[in-house]
Amino acid sequence: YIHIINKADMAASKGLKILVGCKRVIDYAVKVRVKPDRSGVVTEGVKHSMNPFDEIAVEEAVRMKEKKLAGEAVAISVGPPQSQETLRTALAMGIDRAIHVEIPLAQLEKLQPIHVSKLLAKVCESEKPDLVILGKQAIDDDCNQTGQMLAALLDWPQATFASKIEPSQDSKQLRVTREVDGGMETIDVSVPAVVTSDLRLNEPRYATLPNIMKAKKKPLAKMSPDQLGVDLQPRQEVISVEDPPVRKAGAKVESVEDLVGKLREKGLVK
Amino acid sequence: PQLLLRRRPASAGAFALLARPASSASGGLPPLTTEIHPGIKRGAFSQLTDADVSAFEAIVGGDHVIKDADEVLSYNIDWLRICRGQGQLVLRPKTTEEVSAIVRHCNKRRLAVVPQGGNTGLVGGSVPLFDEIVISTSRMNSLLSIDPVSGVLVAEAGCVLEQLDREAASQGLMMPLDLGAKGSCQIGGNLATNAGGLRLLRYGSLRGTTLGLEAVLPTGQVLDCLTTLRKDNTGYDIKQLLIGSEGTLGIITKAAILCPARPKSVQLAFLGLDSFQAVLDTYRLARRSLGEILSAFEFIDSESMRAVKKNLGLSCPLGEHSFYVLAETSGSNETHDREKLDGFIESVMSMDGCATDGTVAQDAGQFAHLWSLRERIVESLLVDGYEYKYDVSLPLADIYRLVEHMRTRLDGRVIRTAGYGHLGDGNLHLNFTTPKFDAKVLELIEPHVFDWVRDRRGSVSAEHGLGLKKSQYIRHSKADFAVRVMAEVKRLLDPNGIMNPYKVLPDE
Repeated sequence: YIHIINKADMAASKGLKILVGCKRVIDYAVKVRVKPDRSGVVTEGVKHSMNPFDEIAVEEAVRMKEKKLAGEAVAISVGPPQSQETLRTALAMGIDRAIHVEIPLAQLEKLQPIHVSKLLAKVCESEKPDLVILGKQAIDDDCNQTGQMLAALLDWPQATFASKIEPSQDSKQLRVTREVDGGMETIDVSVPAVVTSDLRLNEPRYATLPNIMKAKKKPLAKMSPDQLGVDLQPRQEVISVEDPPVRKAGAKVESVEDLVGKLREKGLVK
Repeated sequence: PQLLLRRRPASAGAFALLARPASSASGGLPPLTTEIHPGIKRGAFSQLTDADVSAFEAIVGGDHVIKDADEVLSYNIDWLRICRGQGQLVLRPKTTEEVSAIVRHCNKRRLAVVPQGGNTGLVGGSVPLFDEIVISTSRMNSLLSIDPVSGVLVAEAGCVLEQLDREAASQGLMMPLDLGAKGSCQIGGNLATNAGGLRLLRYGSLRGTTLGLEAVLPTGQVLDCLTTLRKDNTGYDIKQLLIGSEGTLGIITKAAILCPARPKSVQLAFLGLDSFQAVLDTYRLARRSLGEILSAFEFIDSESMRAVKKNLGLSCPLGEHSFYVLAETSGSNETHDREKLDGFIESVMSMDGCATDGTVAQDAGQFAHLWSLRERIVESLLVDGYEYKYDVSLPLADIYRLVEHMRTRLDGRVIRTAGYGHLGDGNLHLNFTTPKFDAKVLELIEPHVFDWVRDRRGSVSAEHGLGLKKSQYIRHSKADFAVRVMAEVKRLLDPNGIMNPYKVLPDE
């Protein structure tokens, strides 16, 4: 469906309803280790936190609320029981309520963006948000697919790699500045829409103690993939996970002749 | 000049590579230490001759005898840039045998020496005063062994603390101490100064965690007490004499350290408080609610925070408060620890007059940023110009009284009076800054600040040691007879007094 909100609406009405996706990933500062059986990486006992791009998405939603552009912000996470902690962080940053789609451990490792986007699409059907903000990609799989797939499933416009979100000139749409290879692209999208956040969108706030305490009392609803009627059958099979090749030490040469000699040795010049 | 490399990932902002701050006193070099302390006379040591230099070259090899004035200069200046010695020669041995041969020669010839590790000491103990020969342990940087079962790590004295911690991490262990200088300081120096640091509260001091060491005594003899046993009550524990001796009883060449298990879950709460009483109350609460998982409890006053914000441009996520507290927990189970931390926070917020503002680090980036607000205070104060550093132990209730007292006393004479430190250890770091060294300001501070501490039975040097800068005040915290016994021990082990003279024990 399409419904367009104009400035008068944005001010007078309760504002946009935003749904923010958060993923629990291995903390970016952790040195990731490959499991000895090469089936994946070690996650047991390893520090996890919210995907940095999702933190940015949460921050943007909270800011839009503070600017009165948004009325309600809901966070959603698809993941194991511990994803609730990630949602609590979002709540502590200012999100109003949270939804946890719990994935049983057996299916967790095989979960792909296609499944997540289908789950999110189902939730959008009932929640009816005006705007979905997701992180542009998760730092564990670097897929950069969920946002785009979700927009396609919902047949909503998408504005990916956002570095700025504001009302459009005529206030009937959202003006999003995107970071693209050639520079910055500015587009207007009508709501409802899917936006994915890029690094420069904002700098996430620290959760303050009063908000951390308040977060405990905010509603956190649980759902299962079965309830949402989504099939989590994996479409891909991970064959192996390996460390990148160890970088070989270089060699220093003293002169141009040396350099040419070494290049010849290695068969790089004839 | 030495570089301090930050270990933890940087917060918003570039990876902070700390260069040693440029001296602002003369826009270049600090004044000669002999000019600041004209009363100290050069001991009856021999002068360095070409024959000596040749002897050293034969021991360590020509490449590792540094004679070039520019290179030697950097070994003569301490990290704080308040000292400049006149040493002419730096030796860089690779093995204990080489150290032993060097020291034997120096003892025979009555040549004074200064052992030097990372040169990050804060009391002028690691650099020459006159023409002492610097013996650097930097090349003795091999990790000898780590036993993942017992947790015992054996390393040469020149290993950098941060690197040892990384190696320990690969075995699920951690070094039992952590301090701001970790990227440059060496384990030998840590032992020689009995370094404290941020986690003494949890893991204890090096006196407990050092199981054994090997050292070269001032006569050149090698003292082998390098055991990896947890318990060994066979005779006098001589290594304890060397720990904390600040290089005056010998040169430590190897150490065996008991490493604790690396915690699976580390949490950090950062609180804003408006009175020192609130800081003390929060500490009591922390001990009760966090108890066994509390791994650090630091306090920062508003002046220190102002310095860090203004001089280094770091941002503080909390508003303006009189005090800030960092409470860190380390444990084996994240869920349990978060629950304990939640309980602590709830108590702290409901307690009258307690924390009014605060945050808990949500990820490694926030964790590193919050710690940098404490760890980079020293660096930020150096930007003001010249820093007068004091490190004292006091009864908890007196800690901030000293800061307020000195702030009033120095009002108008200094840029700022900053107080912060290891509250859990009763250890205050008190610093004053002026644009340039000001002898009148120093006169207003010393000996008054030491007298104040003595009168409350505190320690005039909690963890930094006496070095050169505080040796004259040893009797403020130690009985005269105790000092005389120390002098006897020094005479016994160093009959010619060549090992780091002018340091630790007072002149007579």
